Parts: sequence; structure tokens; C-alpha cells
Amino acid sequence: MSATPEATPTIVLVGHGMVGQRFLEALAERGLTATHRVVVLCEEPRPAYDRVALTSYFSGRTPEELSVTDPEFITTHGIELYVGDPAVTVDRVAREVTARSGRVFGYDTLVLATGSYPFVPPVPNKDAEGCFVYRTIEDLLAIEEYARTRATTGAVVGGGLLGLEAAGALKGLGLTAHIVEFAPRLMPVQVDEGGGAALLRTIEGMGLSVHTGVGTQEIVVDASGAVTGMKLSDGSELATDLVVFSAGVRPRDQLARDCGLTVGERGGIAVDEQCRTVADPHVFAIGECALAADGRVYGLVAPGYDQAETAAATIAADEASFTGADLSTKLKLLGVDVASFGDAHGTTGDCLDVVYSDSRAGLYKKLVIGRDGTLLGGILVGDAEAYGTLRALTGSVPPVAPESLVLPAGAGAGAEGLGPAALPDDAIICSCNNVRKGTIREAVSEHRCTTVPEVKKCTKAGTTCGSCVKVLGQLVAAELEASGVEVDKGLCGCFSQTREELYEIVLALRITTYQDLLDRYGREEARGTDGCEVCKPAVGSIIASLAPVIGASGYVLDGEQAALQDSNDHFLANLQKNGSYSVVPRIPGGEITPEKLIVIGEIARDFGLYTKITGGQRIDLFGARVEQLPLIWTRLVDAGFESGHAYGKALRTVKSCVGSTWCRYGVQDSVRMAIDLELRYRGLRSPHKLKSAVSGCARECAEAQSKDFGVIATAGGWNLYVGGNGGATPRHADLLAQDLSDTELVRLIDRFLMFYIRTADRLERTSAWLERLPGGLDHVREVVVEDSLGICAELESLMAAHVAHYRDEWAETINDPEKLARFVSFVNAPDTPDPVVGFVPERDQIKPDLPLLAIGHRPLEGSAQR
Amino acid sequence: MTLALETTDLKVQLRLDGDWLTLCDLSRLLPGRGVAALLPDGRQAALFRDRAGELYAVDNRDPFAGAAVLSRGLLGTHRGRPYVASPLLKQRFDLLDGRCLDDETVRVRTYEVRAA
Ligand code: SRM
Ligand SMILES: Cc1cc2nc3c(=O)[nH]c(=O)nc-3n(C[C@H](O)[C@H](O)[C@H](O)COP(=O)(O)OP(=O)(O)OC[C@H]3O[C@@H](n4cnc5c(N)ncnc54)[C@H](O)[C@@H]3O)c2cc1C
Ligand code: SF4
Ligand code: FES
Repeated sequence: MSATPEATPTIVLVGHGMVGQRFLEALAERGLTATHRVVVLCEEPRPAYDRVALTSYFSGRTPEELSVTDPEFITTHGIELYVGDPAVTVDRVAREVTARSGRVFGYDTLVLATGSYPFVPPVPNKDAEGCFVYRTIEDLLAIEEYARTRATTGAVVGGGLLGLEAAGALKGLGLTAHIVEFAPRLMPVQVDEGGGAALLRTIEGMGLSVHTGVGTQEIVVDASGAVTGMKLSDGSELATDLVVFSAGVRPRDQLARDCGLTVGERGGIAVDEQCRTVADPHVFAIGECALAADGRVYGLVAPGYDQAETAAATIAADEASFTGADLSTKLKLLGVDVASFGDAHGTTGDCLDVVYSDSRAGLYKKLVIGRDGTLLGGILVGDAEAYGTLRALTGSVPPVAPESLVLPAGAGAGAEGLGPAALPDDAIICSCNNVRKGTIREAVSEHRCTTVPEVKKCTKAGTTCGSCVKVLGQLVAAELEASGVEVDKGLCGCFSQTREELYEIVLALRITTYQDLLDRYGREEARGTDGCEVCKPAVGSIIASLAPVIGASGYVLDGEQAALQDSNDHFLANLQKNGSYSVVPRIPGGEITPEKLIVIGEIARDFGLYTKITGGQRIDLFGARVEQLPLIWTRLVDAGFESGHAYGKALRTVKSCVGSTWCRYGVQDSVRMAIDLELRYRGLRSPHKLKSAVSGCARECAEAQSKDFGVIATAGGWNLYVGGNGGATPRHADLLAQDLSDTELVRLIDRFLMFYIRTADRLERTSAWLERLPGGLDHVREVVVEDSLGICAELESLMAAHVAHYRDEWAETINDPEKLARFVSFVNAPDTPDPVVGFVPERDQIKPDLPLLAIGHRPLEGSAQR
Repeated sequence: MTLALETTDLKVQLRLDGDWLTLCDLSRLLPGRGVAALLPDGRQAALFRDRAGELYAVDNRDPFAGAAVLSRGLLGTHRGRPYVASPLLKQRFDLLDGRCLDDETVRVRTYEVRAA
């Protein structure tokens, strides 16, 4: 300890929340941490974390990942941070703060950033067991624990922003969730009646029960004092095991009241435009505990950040003021976009509304326009794509008609079409951090940032709620292009061409090896090198899909091709987390005989494999050691199985429903068609995996509309849908053609697939490709149905060559001793199994021994030996 | 095209505690890919050969996932230096000094190897 801490002026910060942390950063940026002693009293058991993203805890973010406090920042700047030690009294005469631990700190400047507390209405039994609030990580841990052990139903009191978030969390925890809101609509503060109605439909559609226009009168408890329900103001009773109060927040101003500082009528520590308390020039208040000079208490993080900057600047004797803030918000609540900005409720005199609403789709969009055409504000529910652009245009006259800004995409030059290029330089792009378009452009042009992460770091834009990141990306790309930096669209560091361009080069010049392509067409610096793990498999795939035409071997493990394949393709199996593999034999259309089922069962039993029915209507055998793969496949091939290409960017499965053969509704034989299609396209290498399905009637039991190419039977033949996707970004397929005969159907799929393989990017599913392609579905229809480019004959002949040359990779491999030599555990000890691959029992089968993987860990070796 | 693998009887040797340990024929190494070898102390080494014929060896264990699979990764060149990309989560490791190119705090052991 230094002898006289009094010698340096001391700043004491009470409350280490999001705003408190930002204040510390602002102090450091201004050099004040070097000239001052800085003491922080933090009540919670952990330093500041991202409260805005609190709910992401339930989707797997750990408390550590939520932290916004870099321990290095605290130590580098010599900040004294006392975690779990709140301030209990302030003596303004002696200028001393006393903490719960008994520590006393003298201050020259005191900054209160104590935030808010959740308001709990004074209903009987509000503190019963099973009642919670939703504010801190500790609250979430308690809710999670209770929901897991003691609840099946949960109710949230309050249908505002936080209430909806809490209800979504309860649903995610597996509870039946209710929302009780006193106002006649959800999110009364942010949205109007129309928006509330759109929101209600969507949220009810998700299986949450919403009760609006009713208040909570009493919490009902059982003999042990635990919650069993709640009585509502309409006389009804709602059974529930758990209650979360989310009925608004109140500023935490008790400490300030106790020491005689002025607080507002409805709470909040009164401050001036410099965030200094009106009663005492030595004390500041910032964030949710402050009643700002404009008479408001702000419950959002962005205004709090502005106040933090203002207070730090004032302490540094710089000019700064906080006079009020924009209350724009964009949220994704339970997967529904909700945004409001500017004067959302149209309180400005003489303004007009432009409203677009589609209740079936849960869409509601309203713009508030001033007399002179100025965009004053708006509300978007269901689709907030245009939020970034619209918010930035607020306060100006938009360059296009207001209607076109809210119409759905495609129905006019929407705000998306308008793009951020149309925005003025002083438009605010990131409202959380108050970053203007001009600042972002400068980051690119003057500070030489070339990527979004760099711009984020440089300007702080996009680092808080993330809602502006999309616009940010567009601006960065536009600015790079404008400043003459060519945006590199190349496949990777080795090739400046796109995948499509490389495909054309390989096809036109009949190039059959990667090295040849790299040395002749790679970037200067990449020629003669070993390339990279991005372009090797991509080029390997191009060569494989064109093999019969360009005269390369069609066998992916031949010669150099073997060296290009991703590890899975190299071993013709899927690598699992412990180094073992899974084996997926092809089961075309999902149809399988009892004999074949028995063979699979016997093999799994003999090799001790874990078996599971996959989501693709076939069977996966897990836990095979690399040296067992040939033995397993020898038996599978003997029984008539082929590779299922579960490892490849290739055709996976063509799922089927049982169809007209058995089903009373079926109108075509969907199983036969699925088998035919699966056998036709098996082994076809493509930019990404290909999935398909055939349904026997419009009931769609095979889910064909979620596939890259899906087929649905009609009375007159088949409908072909393309560009569907499950996975992370689901997309329903688009109807390409109707009532096709068998031959027409196959011909059209041949063309479609070959056109996709030819023009898609690496790892671009048909859905993303269709969305990216200029002209979209119409263009694809012109090319593959109407043959506008005159390439259909070529596409068909490429597919014919593929079909004619197909051979089963596994059958070839087990008959080739040279290839088999690769399937060994160790090159020098082929009979010793890898000791790291171990298994433990689970539900009568096996699973990887994960602790074994962890103990294998050794500390880093000292210096390099080579 | 099929690459003609060299059919010399050269052996791949790895240096361990000052001695050269013979592991396999050079012909077992396909340019651009690797093989795993078991060392007497129970460790595993991943042996590689690049397209220029240079040999490299690093510890076979992927320090991120724990599995012994680095030998099954793809080789590449980054700023003129050879690396292997793990087949599990694709982190890249410099084959000369074992440093992870995607996380500077992680490093795998390297070994001296030669064809003799
Ligand atoms: C085994 C299986 C899960 C299961 O136990 O049911 C599975 C397992 C894997 N899936 Fe899947 N998916 C399986 C059906 C599906 C389905 C359902 C379907 O096909 O009808 C989907 C959604 C449909 C779709 O793709 O549109 C699906 C969407 C994905 C995705 C997301 C793709 C996307 O476009 O967003 C990935 C990741 C990727 O490919 O980049 C993925 C990736 C994977 C990988 C390859 C992840 C990996 O690299 O380890 C898994 C390895 C399989 C293995 O080791 O054998 N899997 N996966 C299913 C195998 C089906 C089969 O018989 O071949
Ligand atoms: C679930 C959830 C979602 C949210 N989503 C959004 C959003 O999308 N957008 C948005 O703008 N805002 C959102 N908010 C609001 C946002 O989190 C707050 O505006 C912001 O955290 C306010 O920061 P603060 O530092 O003023 O207060 P807080 O973050 O509450 O920090 C105050 C801290 O002070 C501590 N403290 C209080 N008294 C004392 C004392 N006497 N001594 C020591 N420490 C004390 C408290 O324990 C607390 O840790 C959300 C809030 C929640 C709970
Ligand atoms: S999609 Fe139609 S034909 Fe096929 S199983 Fe379902 S109802 Fe039957
Ligand atoms: S608007 Fe929230 S991070 Fe930019």
C-alpha cells in the first residue's frame, strides 16, 4: 500500500454493471486512471457482464462468456475492484463511502451507477418459493434449477420486452409458458395496437399462452409455501409452478436518498447535462439509476453509455453533455423481429402513418411521416430487415416514396434495395454506440480497416446488441469497393478465381490435377506450394464431378486425388470426436429388406458399434476404428450394400413416403421414384451436400419441400420443387415445374443439378445459391426449363456421363491392396489399436470415452526441436 | 493422372533421444497427406511429406479435441511455411515449429525426421 493514498485524487465508482464498466473504459481512454486512484464497489459476485445478452445463457453462453470485463484491463490500469462488496453508506460531508465489508474509501469524485431493480407488484405471496425476477445471472441460475427440479408450467407477469424474453426462456427450459399482461397488448411501450396484434398471433403460434388485459391479484401457494398458481383480475385462476415477475424496473436510488441527494418524484437520481447530481458537484450518477436532465430515466444501455462518456469527459474537464437519447430498439424476441425507432407512436403534431400489414404472415410495419415528408419514426413487427436503413434515415426525407420502404421485398424498391449507400454521412448506423456512417467510412478509408471485425474494434460499432452488423457489413464492402480496394472474391488465398470460374477452367482446358491448376492458374505466390485445405477439396470435387468428361479417374482415392480429399472422403467415413468413424451404408429411398437389416445388426453386434436411425431414413453405425473400416465394408459389400456418401459433398439421401402402393391417399409410387433418383445421382460430387425426397401426395409426409430438390406426386405426374433446406437456415423449396412425367422430371433434375454444380460457390447449398443468383428462380427456370443459354444438352450429357461411370467407392477400395494399406492405426504398428479411442457403456450401447481424450493432454513442450 | 510414387527403398526415420528410429518406407507417405506412427514411449507422431518431398513430424494429438488425428489432416502452405489442418475443427499447425496458426497459445511438439 502506498503511504498516502490521499495524495492522488480518488474516484469511487459504486456499481459495476454495463454502464459502470463503460465509464471505467472512458476514464482509461482519457488517461484518468493514470492520474487518479480508481476504486470500484461491485455488489454482484462477478464483475460486469453483458446483461443485454443475459438470455443467451439459456442457449449455451456461459457466465464467463457473458463477461464484459477484461481482467487485464483492470490490472493494467491499476483499478481496485472489490467484487461482492456493495456500498452501504455515503457520507457526503466527510466524502467517504463505506462498503459492506467495513472498508471505508475517501473520494474526491463519487460516481453512482447502481442500475435498476425489478419491480415486483405488491400482491399477496409475492415472495413465495417459486417466485423469481429476471435481472442477474444469479436469477437465471435459480430459475433454471427450479424449472428443472420442481416445475412443468411457468407464468411471466408482464408482457414487455423482458417478459417476452423470460417467457421464451421458460419455454426453452421445457415448461408450458404463460404471459400475463395488464395492458391490452404485448409490448405496450414499443409497439402500437396493430403491431401488438401481429406479435400476439405469432407468439401464440409458437405455443405460448398470452393473457392480456388482466392483472395478477394474488399468488396461490400450497401448504409448504410453494407457488401453485395465480389469481387474475378477471376472477380466473391460472395453475403454475413458477412465476417470473417482469413488470418493469425502478432506479436503485436508495443509497442516494439516504445521503440526501435529490431524487425524482418517480425515482432516479437527479443529474444535470454533465451527469453531475444537482445537489452535490462531487457526485455523479449514470445509467439506469439516473434521472437525466431531460426528465427521463433511460432503461436502455445506449443512453447509459453516453452518460458514462459524458461523466468521464466532465471529470477530465472536457466539454460534454447528455441531453437525451433515441429510444430505438430492435429485438429478436422468440425469433420474431420487433423494432421501433424515432417517434414510433406518432406523437408529433400533423403526422401521417404509412401502414403495411399481413396478419397471416404476422407482419406489421408502420412508418410515421411528417407533413414535409420527413421520416419521423416507425414500428416493424415480423420483419425488421429494413431497420438499420430506416433508423438512419429518421429525421430526413427519404430518397424514395415511403410506401416502398415497408412493402415486402420484391414488391418494389424496398428499403433493402435502397441500401446504406443512400444514407447521409451523419446518419447513425450503430445507435448503441452512437457511431455515424462517416466514422465507419473513415475507419475503412483512413484507418485501413478491411474487415467488419476490424471496423468493430476501431469504432465500437456493432459491439453491443449487434442489430447494426448487417448494415455495417454492407457499408464496409461498399467503402472498400469505392476506395478502389478490390474486394477479393477469390476462392481462398491460393486462387483469385471463384469456384465457378475454376469449374469453367477445368472443364474447358481438361485439367486433371490440382497441382497443374494451382501452378498455372493459382495466385502468383501460391504456385508451386502445397495450397490449402480450402481449395484442395473444392478442386478435388470439381475434378471428381467432371472426371468422365475431362478424362480424370472417377475414383476419388486415385493418385493425387486422394491427397485432396477432406479427411472424411479420404477414409470414406465420417470422423467422430474421439478419432473413430461412423459407417453409413446407402439405403435408397429408405426401403430395406429384413435380410439386409439383419446383416447391419450382425455387423454392428460383431464390431460392437453404436447404431442409430438417422434423420435421413437410414442407419448409422458409430465407433469403428480406422483399421476396422475395410473389414466392416467387406461384409457390407458382400451383402449388397454400397457407400452412402455420408462423408461426401455429394448426394445424401432421397427420402420417401410409402406412397400409393400402401397409403390410401397416395397418387403415385413415391418409393419407386425415390429409389430411382437416389440410384441415379449417388456418388455425384457437388459444391455442398445434396438432399432430396419424394412424397406420394400433397400431404407431404417425406418433407420434400425442405430439400435441395423435392418431388411431390400429383394426379397428373410430379411437381418439382428446388432450393429447399433444413439445417440452420431453413427455406421452403420453390416450385420449378408442375405435372411432369417420369422422363420430364428426371431430365429437369439432371439439368438443375448440373447447372448448380457448375455455378455455385464452395459449400453453398442450393438454397443459398438460388437466393444469390441474379434473377433467382426465374433465371434458373429460363436456363433449365426454357434453355435460354442453350446449355441444356451439355448439362444432360454431363449427367449421363456421371451415371454411366458410377462405381461404388467402397467396393473398389476393398479390392485394392494399395488403398487398403492406408486403413491402419499406425504405419509402424498396424495391429495396435489407437489407445486414445476408447468407449464406455451408455443405454445398452457404447459412447466415446471422453475423459480419456482429456487426460491425453500434455503440457506444451518447451522449444521446437526442428 | 496417377503420380508415380518413388519406389526407392528409403526409410522414414524420426529422431528420439538422440537416436534415429526407423518407422516405415518412404513410399508409404503420399505427398500432401500423413500417417500416424506409434513411438516407444506410447506417444504418437504424425508424419507428413509435402509436394516438394520434404518430411515433417509433429505430435499426432489434436490439442483442441484430444483425439490422435492430426496425421489425417490436409497439408497446406501459409506464408511459405508448411502446415497441417486438423480434420476435426480445422485449426492449422505450423509443421516447422508446431505453433497453432489460429491460437497463439497452443503448440504441438515437433520431431526431427529424415529419409535414409
Ligand atoms: C447422422 C445424422 C444425424 C442423425 O443421427 O440423424 C447427421 C449427422 C451429421 N450432420 Fe446432419 N445429419 C443427419 C441428417 C441431417 C438432416 C435431416 C435430413 O437430411 O433430412 C439435416 C437437415 C436437412 C438439410 O440438410 O437441409 C441435417 C443438417 C445438417 C447440417 C446443416 C446444413 C445446412 O444447410 O444448414 C450440417 C452442417 C453442414 O453440412 O455444413 C450437418 C452436418 C452433419 C455432420 C456431418 C456434422 C459433422 O461434420 O460431424 C454429422 C456427421 C454424421 C456422421 O458422423 O455420420 N447436418 N442433417 C443424419 C444423417 C442423415 C443421413 O442418413 O445421411
Ligand atoms: C434480460 C434483459 C435484457 C435486456 N435487453 C436490453 C436490450 O436489448 N437493449 C438495451 O438497450 N437494454 C437492454 N436491457 C437493459 C440493460 O441491461 C440496462 O439498461 C443496462 O444494463 C443498464 O446498465 P447499468 O450499469 O446502469 O445497470 P446494471 O447493469 O443493472 O448495473 C448496476 C450494478 O450496480 C450494482 N449495485 C447496485 N447497488 C449497488 C451498491 N450499493 N453497491 C455496489 N453495487 C451496486 C448492481 O448489483 C448491478 O450489478 C436488458 C436488461 C435485461 C435484464
Ligand atoms: S405423403 Fe401422401 S401418399 Fe405419402 S404417406 Fe403421406 S399421405 Fe400417404
Ligand atoms: S446498434 Fe446495437 S451494436 Fe450497433
